[in-house]
Amino acid sequence: MAASLAGSLRGRSAFYAALLLLPPLLWLGTVYLGSLFALLFQSFYSIDEFTARIVPKLTLDTYRRLVSHPANLDIIRRTLFMAIAVTLASAVVAFPIANYMARYAGPKMKAFFYVGVMLPMWTSYLVKVYAWRLILAKQGILSWFFGAAGAERLLDALLRIPSIGGPSLASSYLGMFVVFVYMWLPFMILPLAAALERVPGSLLQASADLGARPGQTFRTIVLPLALPGLAAGSVFTFSLTLGDYIIPSVVGAPGFFIGMMVYQQQGTAGNLPLAAAFSVVPIVLIALYLSLAKRLGAFDAL
Amino acid sequence: MTHAIELQQARRVFGSVVALDDVSLAVAPREFFALLGPSGSGKTTCLRLIAGFDRPDDGRVLLDGRDVTDAPPFQRNVNTVFQDYALFPHMTVAENVAYGPRVRGVAAAERRKRALDMLDLVRLGDFGDRRPNQLSGGQKQRVALARALVNQPKVLLLDEPLGALDLKLREEMQAELKALQQRLGITFVYVTHDQGEALSMADRVAVFNEGRIEQLDAPRELYARPRTAFVASFVGSANVVDGPLASRLTGRPAAFAIRPELVQIYPADSPVDGGLVSCEGVLEDILYHGASSRCHVRLMPQAVLAVVRTESAELTPLPQPGARVRLAWRPEDAVPLRKD
Amino acid sequence: MRSRRDWSRPSVWQKFAAAAGLAFLHLPVLVIVLYAFTTEDRTYQFPPPGLTLHWFEVAFARSDIWEAMRLSLLVAAVATLLAIVLGTLAAFGMARRPFPGKESITLLFVLPIALPGIITGLALLAGIRSVGIDPGFWTIVAGHVTFCLVIVYNNVLARLRRIPPSWVEASMDLGAGRWQTFRLVLLPQIATALLAGGMLAFALSFDEIIVTLFTAGHEKTLPIWFYNELFRPRERPITNVVAVVVILVTLPLILAAYYLTRPDEHGPGA
Repeated sequence: MAASLAGSLRGRSAFYAALLLLPPLLWLGTVYLGSLFALLFQSFYSIDEFTARIVPKLTLDTYRRLVSHPANLDIIRRTLFMAIAVTLASAVVAFPIANYMARYAGPKMKAFFYVGVMLPMWTSYLVKVYAWRLILAKQGILSWFFGAAGAERLLDALLRIPSIGGPSLASSYLGMFVVFVYMWLPFMILPLAAALERVPGSLLQASADLGARPGQTFRTIVLPLALPGLAAGSVFTFSLTLGDYIIPSVVGAPGFFIGMMVYQQQGTAGNLPLAAAFSVVPIVLIALYLSLAKRLGAFDAL
Repeated sequence: MTHAIELQQARRVFGSVVALDDVSLAVAPREFFALLGPSGSGKTTCLRLIAGFDRPDDGRVLLDGRDVTDAPPFQRNVNTVFQDYALFPHMTVAENVAYGPRVRGVAAAERRKRALDMLDLVRLGDFGDRRPNQLSGGQKQRVALARALVNQPKVLLLDEPLGALDLKLREEMQAELKALQQRLGITFVYVTHDQGEALSMADRVAVFNEGRIEQLDAPRELYARPRTAFVASFVGSANVVDGPLASRLTGRPAAFAIRPELVQIYPADSPVDGGLVSCEGVLEDILYHGASSRCHVRLMPQAVLAVVRTESAELTPLPQPGARVRLAWRPEDAVPLRKD
Repeated sequence: MRSRRDWSRPSVWQKFAAAAGLAFLHLPVLVIVLYAFTTEDRTYQFPPPGLTLHWFEVAFARSDIWEAMRLSLLVAAVATLLAIVLGTLAAFGMARRPFPGKESITLLFVLPIALPGIITGLALLAGIRSVGIDPGFWTIVAGHVTFCLVIVYNNVLARLRRIPPSWVEASMDLGAGRWQTFRLVLLPQIATALLAGGMLAFALSFDEIIVTLFTAGHEKTLPIWFYNELFRPRERPITNVVAVVVILVTLPLILAAYYLTRPDEHGPGA
């Protein structure tokens, strides 16, 4: 177990440990937990339609408004759908990179890849979103690229697909989807690579030796063993997409997402209770997802 | 005479596991004392209580007559050599050895001198400026020793210090440690699971089993007159004969132990001295060990006796496995065992 | 039929896919850097019609950018300092055998990073309003400290866990008291982890936007300035310049933090 200044002697050590933990716990307890409770309370308040003031009386009205308005349900549905789509796509895109890192890269190459994945992860979020705005713009790089490859018609066809297309990549769900996948990709790659690294190469050789083709080995051996890593990575992609409000407002179609709704309600609309109620939705969804992921072994892979 | 170390009815429980169950012992000054037992028997817990890394749930720990049960390690005049050596990697060898004097406020020049002197004592005088990760296992062990001894403790505790070394090095170090102890006149408390080590180095040995001391005696006594079945089989792997077999051989159902090397083995029909206890069985296998051979003879469905015979040109060759043989020994060589 | 492929070497496709993936991760940032030098200021035309340093000059003359930068640096410095103290205390408090409540406290330390930023931001806003204070410099710092301390905590705890308990025992056995043991044995060992955690916390705070938007009130950190500029059709290249500056500030911090926390010979495990 771990070493600790206070850990070697009992009795007095418990006192020292409590002393050490007190300041950070006080901080997190009051600032963070306290705020979370304040938020929860707010969701049980309501807004007076006429005075636009918050009525500090406990009520379920706000939640009722949340679920009864079809537009709100649309928003939730849309966000959930995007979160799931992004999670699936991230898994697919991340796999070759993670697999290479875990199994084929030598120590130097592995470090190189690790830095290569970590750097974009820690690069400024806004800079990355902004970069994609440039890339996806009507006359931006991507259109130029499609043009240079002679595939303008392909791009147009993609953009004409109802509900995910749009006037340009930068204002379509398709574009938003690509940006989301890009943003959270490192969060999927790292746990996945860690999980894949723990699969001994001898298992794959044994499988081939027993007559399995590469596809079968992948389905029956690699995938089940990589599942905890996938689950861990998916926790990030799912919850980060669910709560994001900047990407949908910078890139993408006019439809609202949960995050945007929250931001707008607390800001211009001044409807803090509704914003709070809206934000409880992702909390609940994420909690549900976490319990699912835990059963798939995500917490051991983190 | 005040004991160097005394444990009075020490008890330590971890959750539902009783690590030490009412253990008492007393170590005399300048004694080489061994704590012997299998893993989980409580010997390391016992050592940690003496060092101060742990406090007993019940009972007292006394050093030189003083009650130190509640005293932290840095207030006890006891030093420890750890199993993993615990050398600080960010300090040189000399700085490691000088650590004790340093935290007591000894000036830099003086403590470096003491450190180098101590390193000379363990024959690592030129290694002062090296780092621990540049040393071999045996060298690290000697630095750990020097670091502990430089503080001139009254008691030195050693927690399985030779476990990570290979056989030859281990035997060399055993001799060195014994010689060092006698030269310095310090009390040594030595934890080991290797009964050979304990027997060869210690003045007295406490044999631990499941949190209790089964026997505390000088090595010769432990070997020749084990008191319980556990001690008999753990120290020198004696044959333990109990219950039905004992009744058949001696007429009484009292358990006893007999050392394999004290049992004679003959072909089945050979005549045997009247004063000896004898029985018959089937020779199951012979393990050849060079200087001796170890035979396993099945007397009854559940009873197998081991016989160790020193090889010599004059002895008749052993029968083949599968043959019937006769075993015999002197009644006084059988050691009665205490019923637990 | 058995495949005759050597399983220890990757196929051409696998190598390509891995390299393409890695390139995909880095290209967008390179694009921004490129666009900081473009002469065209109205559209995102590619390829850029020309390259120039003009926008750098313009950006450096803007006082609002410098103001925002100054605020961001100050917030990051203060938040990092507080985070280092609180995070280290927390790590030492948690680096011991399980005790009642340990799991719940561990969960508490994971929440600021696990819950989406919008929830943290909104919660802090709700908290600020309920206590009746005005959002400003200290509310920004408070928000940042909350997750920065988790970063430091994780780094220091990971390092502490790799230190064998026998080192602390050996130190006390040799006569060192608790403070001496901390100073002479533990601090040198966690120094690099502490530094790395601090640098990551600084980088995180410097470019934080999601929570800051809720807690800033009228203050403008550099990311907030940046966010507002995102919707302005003109002055795009200046925005790009600021982006390049942000990258230049945070990149060395990330790299340094990585090099400090790589397992090396002078740390645990030696």
